[in-house]
Amino acid sequence: MSMATLSSQHSPGLWTLAWRRLRVDRVAMLSLAVVLLFLLTLVLSATELIAADWEVEVGVNYAPPSFVGAQSASERGMTEAPATTAETPPENPYDPLKDVIRQLRAEMANSAAPSVTNDYGIPDPLEKELTEIRSNQSTTSVSLEKQETLPLGADKWGHDIIKKTIKGAETSIIVGLVSALLATVLGTLFGALSGYFGGWIDDCFNWFYSIFTSIPYLLLILAVAAVLQQKGVTTIILILGLTGWTGVFRLIRAEYMKHKEREYVLAADAIGASHWRKMFVHIFPNVSHVALVQMSILVVGFIKSEVILSFLGFGVPVGVVSWGSMLNEAQNELILGKWWQLTAATVAMAVLVTAFSLFTDALRDALDPKLK
Amino acid sequence: MLAYIIRRLWQMIPTMLGVVLLVFLLFNWVGGDPAYILAGKISNPEQIANIRRQLGLDEPVYIQLWIFINQILSFDFGSSWSTGEPVSQILSTRLGPSLTLLIPLTILETVIAIALALAVAYVRGSLTDRVVMIVCTVAMSISILVYIIVFQYGFAYKLGLFPVQGWGEGFAENLFHYAALPIIILLAVSIAPNLRLFRTFVLDEVGQDYVRTARAKGLSESRILWVHVLRNAAIPIITYVMSNLPALLIGAFLVERFFSIPGIGREIILAVERSDFPVIKAITVYVAFATMLFNLLTDLLYQAVDPRVKLK
Repeated sequence: MSMATLSSQHSPGLWTLAWRRLRVDRVAMLSLAVVLLFLLTLVLSATELIAADWEVEVGVNYAPPSFVGAQSASERGMTEAPATTAETPPENPYDPLKDVIRQLRAEMANSAAPSVTNDYGIPDPLEKELTEIRSNQSTTSVSLEKQETLPLGADKWGHDIIKKTIKGAETSIIVGLVSALLATVLGTLFGALSGYFGGWIDDCFNWFYSIFTSIPYLLLILAVAAVLQQKGVTTIILILGLTGWTGVFRLIRAEYMKHKEREYVLAADAIGASHWRKMFVHIFPNVSHVALVQMSILVVGFIKSEVILSFLGFGVPVGVVSWGSMLNEAQNELILGKWWQLTAATVAMAVLVTAFSLFTDALRDALDPKLK
Repeated sequence: MLAYIIRRLWQMIPTMLGVVLLVFLLFNWVGGDPAYILAGKISNPEQIANIRRQLGLDEPVYIQLWIFINQILSFDFGSSWSTGEPVSQILSTRLGPSLTLLIPLTILETVIAIALALAVAYVRGSLTDRVVMIVCTVAMSISILVYIIVFQYGFAYKLGLFPVQGWGEGFAENLFHYAALPIIILLAVSIAPNLRLFRTFVLDEVGQDYVRTARAKGLSESRILWVHVLRNAAIPIITYVMSNLPALLIGAFLVERFFSIPGIGREIILAVERSDFPVIKAITVYVAFATMLFNLLTDLLYQAVDPRVKLK
C-alpha cells in the first residue's frame, strides 16, 4: 500500500470522532460554553484584569442588591451612629446659672473646633505626621462615596458581591483543576507502572490502593489537614491531589493490563522500544481518554471538597476568598436576613458544577459510545 | 464458609498494617514533635514531657511504632490532648448519637431511593424521566453546606418546626426531636445521587432476557419491576449501601457540627481544630478497620442475596 492511498483513506481518530459526536449534542455544547465562560473569568481574574479591586469597600455594610432597594442603617442591622451635632437646648430664663452655662457652652464650642487634643499637655513630636495621616484619611473617605445598593449587594464590610464571587471562583476553580491534575498524573503513573509491569510492582501499588481506599476519603483529608499545620492554597491542592488518585489508578491499571498484550505493543517491543516509551508513547495515547474523563469527574469532586474544607476553616487562609469562605460568612448573615452572599456563592457554584457534570457525562459518552 | 471468612481476615492483615503505618508516618513523622504543636495550647511543660514520653519520642522509631500498635490492640490511646478525657471513652460515648442519626437515615434513604428509581425506570425515556434526571444533576451540584444552612434557617430558625440545635438524654427524644431535621437534610442531599445510581442499576436489568421471558408469560409490568428486576438490582444496591456505611459515619460530620450533635463526625472536626492527635489517630484507624470488615460483610451478604455468587 502506497503512502497516497494511506493518506486518502486516513480515518478520523478517536478525538475527531468524539468531537463530532459532542458537536451535535446541544446539552454538551451549552455546558461547554458555560464552563469556558467560567474559565475565561478565571483567567481574567487571575491576571488581575477584573475583580482585582474586590477588597475596596465600595458599598455600605450589607448594601442590598439594587433590585431589592436601599435599606436604612437600622434595617441593615447597624446601630445608628450617635448624632454628632447635638442641638443646644433652649436657655432657661429662670436658671440662676444661665450665665455660667452660656459661658461654658461658648468654651465648649471653641474647644471642639480643634479635634486633636493632646492628653499629655506636651507638644507631640509626631503631630505633623498625624495631621498628614488624618487629612489623607478624610480625603479618601470623601473620594469613596459608599454606595447604598450594589447590583448584587455587599458583604459585612461593603465588598462588592459580584467581584467577591469572581475572586472566590478563581480560588475554588484553581484548586479543583490543579489538584485534579495532580491526582490524575499520580493515578495514571501508578496505574501504568502497576498494569504494565505486573508482578511485585503491581502487588505494591495494590497494597497502597487498598490502604487509601479503606480510609474514608473525607477522614483522610481531615487527618492530613490536621497534620499539615500551615494553611494555604498549595496545601489544599496537595491534600486533595495526594489522597484522590485511587479512582484513576484502578481504571488506568485495568487499561494497561488490557493494552500491554495488544499487537501494536508487541510490535513496538520488536523494534526495541524501551519500557518507558511503550508505556507513555505507545499505550498512553490509547488510554488517555479514560484519564481525561476521570480528571473531569475529579474536578467537580475537588471543588466541592475545597468548599467544605474552607468552610470549616481548614482550607484557604484568612484573607483569601473562596466559595467556601463566602458560605462561612453567609451562614451568620442569613440570620440577619442578608441572603445575597449565600445566593451568589451557591448559584455560581451550582451553575459551574452542573455544567461541568453534564459536560463530563457527554464527554464520556462521546469518547466511549459502547458504554451508552 | 468459615474457611472463606478466615482467609479474608488473614488477607486483611497487610492492609491493616499499611493503614497503621500510614497513620503512624503521618502523625509521628510528618506531624513532627508534638511539643511544637502543643506549645500554644498546653502551657505546662511537665504535661508536654509526659506526652512525649507516652509517645516514646526519645526512643528509636520501631519502639514508637510498637507503642502505637499496642495502643490500637489495647483500645487505649491515652487521653485527649485538649480535654484530658480518655480517647476510648470519647469513642464509645460519641458512637451512639452518630448511629441514632445514621441507621434511620440509611434505611429511609435506601427505601426511598429504590422506590423512586423503580418508578423512574418504569417511565424510562419519557419526559418525566429526563426532567427527574436533570433535577438530580442540579440538586447534586448544590453544596451540602447550602442545604444545611438553608434548612436550618428555614425550618428550625424561622418556622420553629424543629429545634435549631442540641441533643438530649432519651433515645426517643433524640430520634424524633433532635435528629429529625438532620435526617431530613441528609435525605435531601443523598436522594439525588442514589436515585441516579440505582436507576442505572435497574436499567441494566430491564434489558435482560429474564425480563422478556417474564413479559412473555404475561406478568404485569409492576410485578416484573418490583419482584423480578428488584431482586437482581438489589445486588449492586446492597454493595453500594453497605460499602458506604463507614464513610457515612464521617460524612455526617457537617450536620453533626451544625446541629451540635455529639457524634463521631463532630469529634473529628473538634480534634482537627485543636490538633488533638490521639483522637484523630484512633478514629482514623478504627474507621479504616470497620470499612474493611464491612467490605467482608458485604461480600457475605452478596452471596445470601445472589446464590449464583460463589465465594472463593
